[in-house]
Amino acid sequence: FFQYCLSGHPTLPCNVLKFKSTTIMLDCGLDMTSTLNFLPLPLVQSPRLSKLPGWVLKDGSTFLDKELKECSGHVFVDSVPEFCLPETELLDLSTVDVILISNYHCMMALPYITEYTGFTGTVYATEPTVQIGRLLMEELVNSIERVPKAQSASMWKNKEVQRLLPAPLKDAVEVSMWRKCYTMPEVNAALSKIQLVGYSQKIELFGAVQVTPLSSGYALGSSNWIIQSHYEKVSYVSGSSLLTTHPQPMDQASLKNSDVLILTGLTQIPTANPDGMVGEFCSNLAMTVRNGGNVLVPCYPSGVIYDLLECLYQYIDSAGLSNVPFYFISPVANSSLEFSQIFAEWLCHNKQTKVYLPEPPFPHAELIQTNKLKHYPSIHGDFSNDFKQPCVVFTGHPSLRFGDVVHFMELWGKSSLNTVIFTEPDFSYLDALAPYQPLAMKCVYCPIDTRLNFIQVSKLLKEVQPLHVVCPEQYTQPPPTQSHRTDLMIDCQPPPMSYRRAEVLTLPYKRRYEKIEIMPELADSLVPLEIKPGISLATVSAVLHTKDNKHVLQLPPKPPQPPASKKRKRVSDDVPEYKPLKPLLSGSIPVDQFVQTLEKHGFSDVKVEDTAKGHIVLLQEAETLIQIEEDSTHIICDNDEPLRVKLRDLVLKFLQKF
Amino acid sequence: LSFFCLGPGAGQDVGRSCILVSIAGKNVMLDCGMHMGYNDDRRFPDFSYITQNGRLTDFLDCVIISHFHLDHCGALPYFSEMVGYDGPIYMTHPTKAICPILLEDYRKITVDKKGETNFFTSQMIKDCMKKVVAVHLHQTVQVDEELEIKAYYAGHVLGAAMFQIKVGCESVVYTGDYNMTPDRHLGAAWIDKCRPDLLISESTYATTIRDSKRCRERDFLKKVHETVERGGKVLIPVFALGRAQELCILLETFWERMNLKAPIYFSTGLTEKANHYYKLFITWTNQKIRKTFVQRNMFEFKHIKAFDRAFADNPGPMVVFATPGMLHAGQSLQIFRKWAGNEKNMVIMPGYCVQGTVGHKILSGQRKLEMEGRQILEVKMQVEYMSFSAHADAKGIMQLIRQAEPRNVLLVHGEAKKMEFLKQKIEQEFHVSCYMPANGETTTIFTNPSIPVDISLGLLKRETAIGLLPDVKKPKLMHGTLIMKDNSFRLVSPEQALKELGLAEHQLRFTCRVHIQDPRKEHETVLRVYNHLKGILKDYSVQHLPDGSITVESILIQATAHSEDQGTKVLLVSWTYQDEELGSYLTSLLKKGLPQSTS
Repeated sequence: FFQYCLSGHPTLPCNVLKFKSTTIMLDCGLDMTSTLNFLPLPLVQSPRLSKLPGWVLKDGSTFLDKELKECSGHVFVDSVPEFCLPETELLDLSTVDVILISNYHCMMALPYITEYTGFTGTVYATEPTVQIGRLLMEELVNSIERVPKAQSASMWKNKEVQRLLPAPLKDAVEVSMWRKCYTMPEVNAALSKIQLVGYSQKIELFGAVQVTPLSSGYALGSSNWIIQSHYEKVSYVSGSSLLTTHPQPMDQASLKNSDVLILTGLTQIPTANPDGMVGEFCSNLAMTVRNGGNVLVPCYPSGVIYDLLECLYQYIDSAGLSNVPFYFISPVANSSLEFSQIFAEWLCHNKQTKVYLPEPPFPHAELIQTNKLKHYPSIHGDFSNDFKQPCVVFTGHPSLRFGDVVHFMELWGKSSLNTVIFTEPDFSYLDALAPYQPLAMKCVYCPIDTRLNFIQVSKLLKEVQPLHVVCPEQYTQPPPTQSHRTDLMIDCQPPPMSYRRAEVLTLPYKRRYEKIEIMPELADSLVPLEIKPGISLATVSAVLHTKDNKHVLQLPPKPPQPPASKKRKRVSDDVPEYKPLKPLLSGSIPVDQFVQTLEKHGFSDVKVEDTAKGHIVLLQEAETLIQIEEDSTHIICDNDEPLRVKLRDLVLKFLQKF
Repeated sequence: LSFFCLGPGAGQDVGRSCILVSIAGKNVMLDCGMHMGYNDDRRFPDFSYITQNGRLTDFLDCVIISHFHLDHCGALPYFSEMVGYDGPIYMTHPTKAICPILLEDYRKITVDKKGETNFFTSQMIKDCMKKVVAVHLHQTVQVDEELEIKAYYAGHVLGAAMFQIKVGCESVVYTGDYNMTPDRHLGAAWIDKCRPDLLISESTYATTIRDSKRCRERDFLKKVHETVERGGKVLIPVFALGRAQELCILLETFWERMNLKAPIYFSTGLTEKANHYYKLFITWTNQKIRKTFVQRNMFEFKHIKAFDRAFADNPGPMVVFATPGMLHAGQSLQIFRKWAGNEKNMVIMPGYCVQGTVGHKILSGQRKLEMEGRQILEVKMQVEYMSFSAHADAKGIMQLIRQAEPRNVLLVHGEAKKMEFLKQKIEQEFHVSCYMPANGETTTIFTNPSIPVDISLGLLKRETAIGLLPDVKKPKLMHGTLIMKDNSFRLVSPEQALKELGLAEHQLRFTCRVHIQDPRKEHETVLRVYNHLKGILKDYSVQHLPDGSITVESILIQATAHSEDQGTKVLLVSWTYQDEELGSYLTSLLKKGLPQSTS
């Protein structure tokens, strides 16, 4: 039982579990923080960005000035943005049998895995995960492909060159592994390998392992996974939430009795309270708009945006914002809003009951109907005609490196009336803003991360009591910036086993049993014997059949009849084959009764001598000696097989077979 | 495993489903339907079979509803609120959403219009629905520690499901109504190879092998088109949810393509709501609709408008979908009475009609109908029957049996004669027993489950290691001890069994004296014996030890001189009971003496 850790990012995990004879990949998250090192991709020519000076080394060398640009003291790569892939060298990924996806954020590296590694297995995910995951990928591909960039910088990645660069480029890890974005055909090919599953569905893998997705409460269709055989249970917890937002609540009870619990995807902002952040979001938004400014909300096209729209639905009238237009701009905005309304079965109870009325589960349907919320595939086309300021714009990408958000940053950055509100927790907002500096626009940081915090984790662990906890190393120490906060780490007994990128862990469990089926015919033939009160034994001699990792015991076949025309055989033909072991014996032989039995069976000259440990029974005429002790019997006789067999059977009468 | 149909309906008759299954000590009620053909007590199942022995809640472990048609769920409020049942009721989300609406609609017709009393109330429907637990497709629902159920897609109407009921290794699959061919709005039923002990299948269309769907659709469109062309009116009695939506999609696209102008109406009330349910539960429709729903929602119809009662008297052609589907009451019956006298008009019955309904009468050729108040209605309009009911036909039923591989099949919800034909076919092709119990008849099926036990890994590894030897033809025997304690079964090695029980092993050893004539020195005799054995026992480990003894596997052979006769040597062959075969073989081998050799 091994765990191969292919990603060091605690919320974008990628682990491979070798469990019994199956190889299971748990999530394939794509670390997109690498894009922060790149210049933004503007939708329309940006004079400011194109005029940025090339970077010059201290010694005056200019050979990198085409690849690297400087902006307000930071250095950026002027190239198509690239992503940091999970480790692909740690093990042969073509041997992966299945991939289990826990939520749509954790599947963004899927095309790299399924299309480039020789992967031939199956991917399992819930329907909302697949549909929304597809939307996220579509948006990503679209926002990168529609701004073709001639240049693809690679010189800076040379190890010797990278050493000379300023931080954070100097310290960027695995830059040789960074890859450009995949294409739509690759996305489609990857998604076609997914098999849809429902919560609490038991999926058999090769007869040896059963996997089950459980509701994790974090996002539409998000799941934790149980990986178990009859005797071992591994729980994989990834991106779970105990807050009541839109998804179905987390199923905690099914995580009980785990041998190992792998814990990933905790909140990235453990000190922020999501409810407080939503309040701050609304008040900042209202203040800016009242002052005649515009609000920009960089976001993903699905997830927290549904909750934000729901809050605004309740808030705008009371805050006097009913005339302010809300724009949601994304190539998948319409799809995302539509899809959110058809997954009633995956929603929390309140939203589910709405569908029974029948009403759409999310109130953004009404916002759209009343024209308060409008959605557009991009800033081009209809949007430019409808665009009215002041307004609120929801658009991606939260890294501020590509997508329509780049346009609004350039458009609104110069005015202090405007505000950009960061709600997505995946990117450091200061790093995200760096290539736009100097900036006059207000910046508000209201990260909303509904995933488990450390208090909830410790409660959860107490509740479900796993034997061992495995987690990324980041969770076993306080955050680097708050080293005194020892409450911001996992605290459990025994202490968690931690992993880091490119590490292989041996998971601690011992198996002692396996399931086997006894066929009815065999079961009928067994003779149970009560050895102690309540405990019965039966010896089983049977034929073992193993197929597809399932074991079955059957009645042994009847011995074949010897052929009628028996030829004279040579001696060697009679050499006995390996026969099954004879049963073990237990019990002791009461000498008096044994002697009586002997006499009953025609031995008339029985003589008994006492020894230190027991007795010796002598059969004088037969020149036979039987040593009887507490735990052993030794029959010493001439080579007289009928006699030996007779004595044997008499001895066995007093013993139990096992 | 026993099976019981509650009262008339579910057995050899179409009209009402209510089945009781007992499996490994658990009692599960499958569907709780009412009979549309009756207006008295007979419309509900007779639960006295259960209640004579106690409360329903104590007897039943759970109730499962397969889909929202009233012949499968119509008696539910009566059952839970009037007879009294407080246990869990399972159904899919769409069923849970739509079922109370149909129940309320039905209640209104019965109580408000017909003025019947002794019927369930609106509040009872609400209270009943509170006992419902919604299930996802393929979700394994643990009803209690032993009983689990799992829903599969049935494709009959929105949210229709087949259910697997499992206790330990015994299982039953109940299909409800299902459809094995995808249609315009639903996908095909599907089940995995779950090998149930019993498959309970509906058999409404047991003998029909329907012609291709395309033909039926073309036929339907042709008939509608011809009638409309000659200025006639077309009445299509439907149930608000199900077939109606498929036919709407069909007509909508046809009207679009042919650029037809005649109005299509859908009788009001349920229908707008119905279409809304389809929009919200679009994940339960077929692949094509799901894929395109963002661009175009198939359930937003351009040509189909809401019907008003006054429209029925409008001149000129029109097509009207009206409820209910069997012409037994309500709007469809009203329109039928208005239009029946004109031979230009047409009524198309797209589904099955229960005996006793007007629908059934006109389909069986009756043209003079006695209506309420002894009034005789003469039917001159054309009457057409088109099997659009989404039931599996004979081919579909066989296909499902092939998918699930049941050990026994039981047919319900069909007509006796047709079922008999299908039963023979099933027994011939699959060699499984097929039952078709009459109403109120109990069928008992004996299962012979294998017993799962825990085997210690040590023992299993030992055995599989031996089992890996190349000779597959000779099955290897394994030996172990089964420990049975407090209902747990563990198979362990005999050594471990002894150890666990705190028992000591009793060793039984034999030593046989074999006399052989050999005048040579003892050690030379030993060497000869060694060479002799080595030559014969090629597959065994034969060793000559420094202390002068020989071992064959764990059998010990020592030689001593005979006390009186120097020309005779005594070989002491010693083995334990566990090595008896080899030991006794060796003594008989040595008894034959040593070969004459030069060495």
